[in-house]
Amino acid sequence: MNAFASHFAFEFRTGIRNKNLLLMNYLFPLGLYLMMSVIMPGVNPLFREVIIPGMVTFGILASTLLGLPDPLVNAREAGIFRSYKINGVPARNILLIPALSTILHVLMVALIILITAPIFFDAPAPQNYATFFLTVLGMAVACTGLAVLIGVVAPNSRLTVLFSQAIFLPSMIIGGIMIPYSMLPGAAAKIALLLPATHTMNAFNGLAMGGMADFYPWGSILTLFVGGITAFMLAWYLFRWDSTSSERRGHPLMALLALVPYAAWLLVILPEALHTLSLMHPKS
Amino acid sequence: MNEPMIEVKNFRKLYGDYVAVDNISFTVYKGEIFGLLGPNGAGKTSTLESLEGLRPPSGGTLRVAGVDPAAAPHKLRNLIGVQLQSAGLPASITADEAMKLFCAYHGVAPRFDLLDRLGLGGKRNIEFQGLSTGLQRRLALALAVAHDPPVLFLDEPTAGLDVASRVELHSLMHELKSKGTTIILATHDMAEAEEMSDRVAILLQGKLVAVDTPLAITATGAGLTKVSVNTRSGSLLSNHHPIPAVSQYLVKEQYAIYFSTNIGQTVSTLISTVEAEGDTLIDLRVERPSLEDRFLELTNGGPK
Repeated sequence: MNAFASHFAFEFRTGIRNKNLLLMNYLFPLGLYLMMSVIMPGVNPLFREVIIPGMVTFGILASTLLGLPDPLVNAREAGIFRSYKINGVPARNILLIPALSTILHVLMVALIILITAPIFFDAPAPQNYATFFLTVLGMAVACTGLAVLIGVVAPNSRLTVLFSQAIFLPSMIIGGIMIPYSMLPGAAAKIALLLPATHTMNAFNGLAMGGMADFYPWGSILTLFVGGITAFMLAWYLFRWDSTSSERRGHPLMALLALVPYAAWLLVILPEALHTLSLMHPKS
Repeated sequence: MNEPMIEVKNFRKLYGDYVAVDNISFTVYKGEIFGLLGPNGAGKTSTLESLEGLRPPSGGTLRVAGVDPAAAPHKLRNLIGVQLQSAGLPASITADEAMKLFCAYHGVAPRFDLLDRLGLGGKRNIEFQGLSTGLQRRLALALAVAHDPPVLFLDEPTAGLDVASRVELHSLMHELKSKGTTIILATHDMAEAEEMSDRVAILLQGKLVAVDTPLAITATGAGLTKVSVNTRSGSLLSNHHPIPAVSQYLVKEQYAIYFSTNIGQTVSTLISTVEAEGDTLIDLRVERPSLEDRFLELTNGGPK
């Protein structure tokens, strides 16, 4: 078995063996999926429509943003990266392998939800499985990229939680899982465009679930992949082997560049909104 | 032992304005066990980490097996093995997995036999966090030597090890030395450094204050040789015999104890005195100053 495969096999097993990662990868997303799917359709029958896309999106958010950054910070603090460096483990593998193993875990969770939701909760199945899995993969790439970037730039565990929640919480509230994008007020809708979850739900609706997209869904897919790869490249660039080293190739604030692919949507949608606003309030 | 494996020339390491290592030079030869000694903050770790390619030097030249660690760290990976003070392994990795992983990156077959030899045979599938400190250090050592590197860095290798493990580690070090492995041993255990090292370097406040064999370093000190004598009639237990080159005398448990600056003169006079008194010698012990004594002398007195 070559080094990459051996490393990947270890990381993948860790995702199940480590209690915290097991919680974030499987127990938390699947537990919430069961709870929401049992309770919510009784309160709001329309919730059935979003069980699969909404809970898959939530599962990816939990596994990546809540599960991935902290082990990276802890490994750096514990000198594990130094040990890896001495033994020839490249920085690329240190970031890429946990990201890939997390993507594999989220694909398994997505598959469990996809198979069980129509059977047990009468949830509508996707109409196009290819675009469904393309969207899942796009969201997984986008979120693992951001999670790895947070793990690289966060100086300690406490700030890791803060940075992760800065994306996770808005994603849950205005990312299209709880409230459809079309129902968001103007400012919230603009902020929502900066979130991978919004683009994922838009792509699910427009390309996979047979619904209506709020904006160009293939653009959302492209944004997810470009956003994820941008975040990963930034993480690789800003990577440090240990926390005591002052040698870093760039300032941690460079991490904000990961939002550029999402912010580009503001350039597309904001002029439209301003135009609409000027029609509503013409200058006297 | 003439082939230089580690060359340190005018090496300096600065952290901002703080000078951690100040212009030190030494050479370590193939097959040598080289002790690196010094109190905390002396610059040992900065020197080791720069040689291991973990930190760039601020000045001077470093070569490890002919490779500049800062310029070509990737070339260094298969040439060095490092047992770090903190083991640096993921909490959930097992000994088996760690061996497979590290050997895979070094491009060699896993050395499970080393795990057995170092007492990890029955614990190969236990996670790293479940191993005792001693077993964690043994695993780190097994991983450091698994790819058979020509240069081995050991940082406090016996800290936390029981006596049997220390003996096994020392035996492994001798075996590696006999195969031509060069070993840098950073330790606070002076007895270990004295016993294991061919030569030692003593660092103090970033400067090199001594580089030589343990015997030569102890011989150059002002340390006094302790001579303890026990006789049948106790003729030496009163201090009325003039014994030359003795700076201090005391009696402890039927032994007359002399601290001598000239061991030859002192011992020959003691023997003739005992004979002249019609007494019989039961026991005579000579204890030369240890490396620890010399180390304390150097570190208390500052750089000489």
